[in-house]
Amino acid sequence: MGIQLSLSNESQRREVLVSGQVVPDPIRCVQCGICSFNCPIGIDVRRHAWLGEIIETSTCLTCGECVRRCPRGVLRFERTELFRKASE
Amino acid sequence: MTRYVIVGNGVAGVAAISSLRALEGSAEIVQVAEDARGFYSRPGLAYYLTDEIPEKMLTIYTKDDWRKLKTRFVKGVVTTINPQKHQVEFGALGKLSYDRLLLATGSTAVPAAVPGAALQGVVKLDDFDDSRRIISLARRAKTAVVLGGGIIALELVEGLKARGVKVHYFLRGKRYWPNVLDEAESRLLEQRLAEDGVTLHFQTEAAEILGKSGKVIAVRTTRGETIRCEMVAVGIGVKLRLELAKAAGLATDKGILTDENMRTSQPDIFAAGDVAQVRDPVSGQAFIDTLWYPAREKGRIAALNMTGRKIPYQRKVSVNVLRLAGVMTTIIGAVGSGVDDDLVSVARGSSESWQQLPNTIAMESNMDVNHVRLMIGENTLLGAMVMGEQKLSLPLQEIISSKVDISSIRHLLHPGAPLGQIIMDFWESLKS
Repeated sequence: MGIQLSLSNESQRREVLVSGQVVPDPIRCVQCGICSFNCPIGIDVRRHAWLGEIIETSTCLTCGECVRRCPRGVLRFERTELFRKASE
Repeated sequence: MTRYVIVGNGVAGVAAISSLRALEGSAEIVQVAEDARGFYSRPGLAYYLTDEIPEKMLTIYTKDDWRKLKTRFVKGVVTTINPQKHQVEFGALGKLSYDRLLLATGSTAVPAAVPGAALQGVVKLDDFDDSRRIISLARRAKTAVVLGGGIIALELVEGLKARGVKVHYFLRGKRYWPNVLDEAESRLLEQRLAEDGVTLHFQTEAAEILGKSGKVIAVRTTRGETIRCEMVAVGIGVKLRLELAKAAGLATDKGILTDENMRTSQPDIFAAGDVAQVRDPVSGQAFIDTLWYPAREKGRIAALNMTGRKIPYQRKVSVNVLRLAGVMTTIIGAVGSGVDDDLVSVARGSSESWQQLPNTIAMESNMDVNHVRLMIGENTLLGAMVMGEQKLSLPLQEIISSKVDISSIRHLLHPGAPLGQIIMDFWESLKS
């Protein structure tokens, strides 16, 4: 819910899609699996949350489906520094 | 070779097994549990009920995960612990010796103490089989009555509603979850439930569940009404599974008492998860948390100490994020006080710390369904409730958990102040 509202600005949303990554907060996670179930390309997001690992796989579309569906506010977008470093 | 025996297959037991295997590659680890279904997400049952996930998604560890953990699984019920002989017994079926034992026996739902509670159609939400039973019954039921409070009762309400069942929700008191929510928060959720078609009955209890041919047909209330229904769902709290520990002579209170190293009154027996009441070295008090993450952490710390290390369990600020009546809600730290008449025992998915209200000033900010309540201490925030818009959820979790000094903004936190903006500005200044 929060992420939907915070991404209401279209240009900001697009920027996040290309330069963001999904970061879990294991403290909030109850391993329900809604994130993995809704990932359109089958990333096991839940396992990342269990291990406290950022979803860094290049196959992640950063579509936000897992972030939006999580009923426990576990997942959030964070900006990756990849593009910034490349342009420096 | 050291033999570790873990009783229980919830998150605490599994976290302990994972840690033990990581620490001791060659140790013998035996897991004992009644339920051979493996490691699944108990909180996830709520989303299985609402049909947001299929049953198979509830299972967390795959066969391959278990193979890597090299754990021997014993399906059975431990009937006796013999601390002197270092043995657990399975009735007449045999014995198993241990070097170190972990009790992660969890909790079980308290049944309704009303006539008719044994009728077919009376359900609880404790485990996998319960959720299957609810779904099966809901296919034919038109109406259900839900009894109880806290998170589980609401999960039952929402699950049944999602399955097309008309729900009557009985509350003993004047509002929902009064020992955690303030009145405005209770009303907000009650309004949401009513808008969704749930009929709330305040100051109402079930006097008797009426049946015909062994099946539920109605509930007679303490107010003299009779509500026809085919199901009665009960979420009045959980009872910690202490029987084994008590019979073995371990020190118990509300839970199995442990020191900060998760060790019980017997040196080679440890406890973790819901059932462990862990001494906090700072306050000297022993606390119960029935939340998922603290259970996992207790299991991990117990494992470290079972291998001979001395690592205390660090009690952190309790955080739970959930969807209550469709409203995203974050509960952090101390937010409430008093008792909840709808819960006769310990609430699942709860923390005693939420009810420990210190000397605070409560400050609220409301905007439609968006609601923030801060519990303000002398120089720190001690608790927060964030409902609806969740932008403040993570900043407040950090500010409260890390005991950030808020003296620079404390004077700004007064009635009518734009709390959200003040907190976000403060958060931005902290980050920069």
